[in-house]
Amino acid sequence: MTGELGQLALTLSMALALVQSISGLVGARPNAVRARAMASGAALGFFVFIALAFGCLTYAAVTNDFSLLNIAQNSAVNKPLLYKITGVWGDHEGSMLLWLLVLGIFTAAMTVLQRGGERLTSAALGVQGLLALAFAVFTLFTSNPFLRLDPPPFQGNGLNPLLQDPGLALHPPMLYIGYVGLSATFSYAAAALITKLADAAWARAARPFMLAAWIALTLGITLGSWWAYYELGWGGFWFWDPVENAALMPWLLATALLHSALATERTGAFKTWTLLLAIGGFSLSLIGTFLVRSGILSSVHSFATDPERGSYILMMLVLAIGGALALFAWRAPQMEGGAEFEAASRDTTLLINNVFLVAATATVFIGTLYPLALQAYNGAKISVGPPYYAITFAPIFVAMMALLPFGPRLGWRRGNLREAVRTLLPAMAMAGVAFVVVLVMVAPRSVAAAGAFALAVWVMCSSVLDLVKARPIRALPLARWASVLAHFGLGVTLIGITGTTVWRVSALEVLGPGQSMKVGGYTLTLKRVERVRGDNFVAERAIVDVSRGGSHIATMGPEQRNFPLQRVATSDTAIRTTGLSDLYLALGDPRSGGRWTLRAYENPLAPWIWFGGGFMALGGLASLATRLRRRATVAMTEAQGVPAE
Amino acid sequence: MNVKKRRRLAFAVALLVAASGGTWLVLNALGPNVLYFYSPSEIQKEHVRPGVDFRIGGLVARGSVIHGKGAAVTFKVTDGKATVPVNFDGVLPDLFRQGQGIVAIGKLNDSGTFIASQVLAKHDARYMPPEVEAALKKTGRWRAYADPNGMIKAKAGL
Repeated sequence: MTGELGQLALTLSMALALVQSISGLVGARPNAVRARAMASGAALGFFVFIALAFGCLTYAAVTNDFSLLNIAQNSAVNKPLLYKITGVWGDHEGSMLLWLLVLGIFTAAMTVLQRGGERLTSAALGVQGLLALAFAVFTLFTSNPFLRLDPPPFQGNGLNPLLQDPGLALHPPMLYIGYVGLSATFSYAAAALITKLADAAWARAARPFMLAAWIALTLGITLGSWWAYYELGWGGFWFWDPVENAALMPWLLATALLHSALATERTGAFKTWTLLLAIGGFSLSLIGTFLVRSGILSSVHSFATDPERGSYILMMLVLAIGGALALFAWRAPQMEGGAEFEAASRDTTLLINNVFLVAATATVFIGTLYPLALQAYNGAKISVGPPYYAITFAPIFVAMMALLPFGPRLGWRRGNLREAVRTLLPAMAMAGVAFVVVLVMVAPRSVAAAGAFALAVWVMCSSVLDLVKARPIRALPLARWASVLAHFGLGVTLIGITGTTVWRVSALEVLGPGQSMKVGGYTLTLKRVERVRGDNFVAERAIVDVSRGGSHIATMGPEQRNFPLQRVATSDTAIRTTGLSDLYLALGDPRSGGRWTLRAYENPLAPWIWFGGGFMALGGLASLATRLRRRATVAMTEAQGVPAE
Repeated sequence: MNVKKRRRLAFAVALLVAASGGTWLVLNALGPNVLYFYSPSEIQKEHVRPGVDFRIGGLVARGSVIHGKGAAVTFKVTDGKATVPVNFDGVLPDLFRQGQGIVAIGKLNDSGTFIASQVLAKHDARYMPPEVEAALKKTGRWRAYADPNGMIKAKAGL
């Protein structure tokens, strides 16, 4: 029954998306009041029915309804309840339904908030409706999660054990909120072009969605990286895997967009550029989805591949990107030029920020797509690895971070560079101290690491200066907190990446019970290996005594888990963190005579990588909070035709 | 020249510098940092030179895995037509088994043994790296079958 109800709800939401797209676009005309009301109603209806469909699939997953093909292939009776729920989006069909649900939530928020005026909202709802329609058709006809299986099996195939993890349960929803949030920004940009209301209003209206998308992408990428670190058992945190890049590219462009839209809102600069970034951000989300879903790339993320799906997404991609760019090419030249600003101004620094971020995006884009292009061209199978990114992506980020502290210190349109340099002197001094201290005190000696530390301290100190200067701290406006926290987080992440990459110590040995090995300053003694049982796996757990300087400090238990249903083995690492350094153990394969291979890493500063991501997301939240609080004031200043300060 | 024109010019110059700098970086980086993929039979056919890093892929030949001192291990990688010996001293993935599809990164030494710096295998026993699948299809050692649940599974006929 739930299957049929879900199918019906999904079909109805598809119909409502069609209504929403037509009435929304008609409502963009000045006097089409009734069409606008219809678009709003359809948007809310879409949300209600897609939520119902999602609820049906979740219910079927929780109650083990294996008569649904999707549940039979991805769930099992003895799977823990949490993973029955998160397993709903653990496969392609269910994740498309989640995508539609997030789209519905954002569309409903656009309807309820009605920002940027009725006409703009209506046109944005129309564009959003077209996207919803395309995805609903895709889900219903190529990836229907409500397909029946006859006869139903007694037990399902279970979820990929790698995905049975709390960190990863939240990772897909976060990325989807990011991708779909960028679709709302995209819709507002298209609406601005359609209605020719391409002043600052659309950027202001789209800002909360942009911010929500950016926060979610930041958290999604952070979670994904953290998961790869503790689950894959190699101690790495980022592999420049094409699938990781597919999430990183929209994040980079969304970061550029947040900064450029700020200038558009405040001074009217970069109007057309901001529109283009809004289109580009969502386009990269679509390209990412295409790469991951079409089966062109293989990874944990590729679900059962199907050429039909790939060609459908490719078609959608061409229509959405091509349509938006055509609209841009047609309407953008009619727009007024941007406002003027001097060389030493915040506008200039935002421009530089954008040039760097777009260049960084381009290097990742080329690194990701070049192998595909070459294979299509002459059949050569190549891969582009970390060394490529170390010499392209890294220098761009270094240059950007070196210039970053000047931005917030220069005024809009016209700034005082000398004054900015003067206020930054303490941060420069601290950076110099950091360089010398790291170079002299830390072994092994590394000039690159010292430079990276100096850069990170430079960015972090310049952020902290704001807090120290503000007396009392409460007087600091929330908007400044946003930039302080986000930029501080970037520095923290850089320190984490540097520490882990340069000073990591690793050891790999085959140990029998009672034997010891050393890693960093630690001595690890294998006590025994015992068998433990989980809900749906059997594990070998090594009991390892950790001591430092002769005194026992901890007992750790890395596991090797076997999931009999899926015939899959995973390693469950044991990590002991002090906040400054991780001791990381992974149990390898058994050898003769009851001996086991044990891998150990000491990863200095590793947790900082993800702390930094947390700070950045907090900064985004602070900015979002100012937006929601300032709604009333903005509405007032808008009515008076004054840009909000 | 008024302010507006000057600004436009500055913007164009900045963009040009950034674009050419970026292109230079990318072209420099792509050349030496690209890894080619060869199956064991392609290595013989293409005369891959020793000392050049590349990726090799195939199945771990049955009965070929020999553990040496510490973590050192030797095994053979095969695509059904040709076989290449591999030496590796490091972290084997969780699902490294005989008959399992793997991809390794490293280079050939003068005697034609592949010295691997990294061995990759996915964690799912049903999973086959796509390059390995293609290589096996080429040598005719690949067949797919459907299991009772109606799911298509793949199996190498070795």
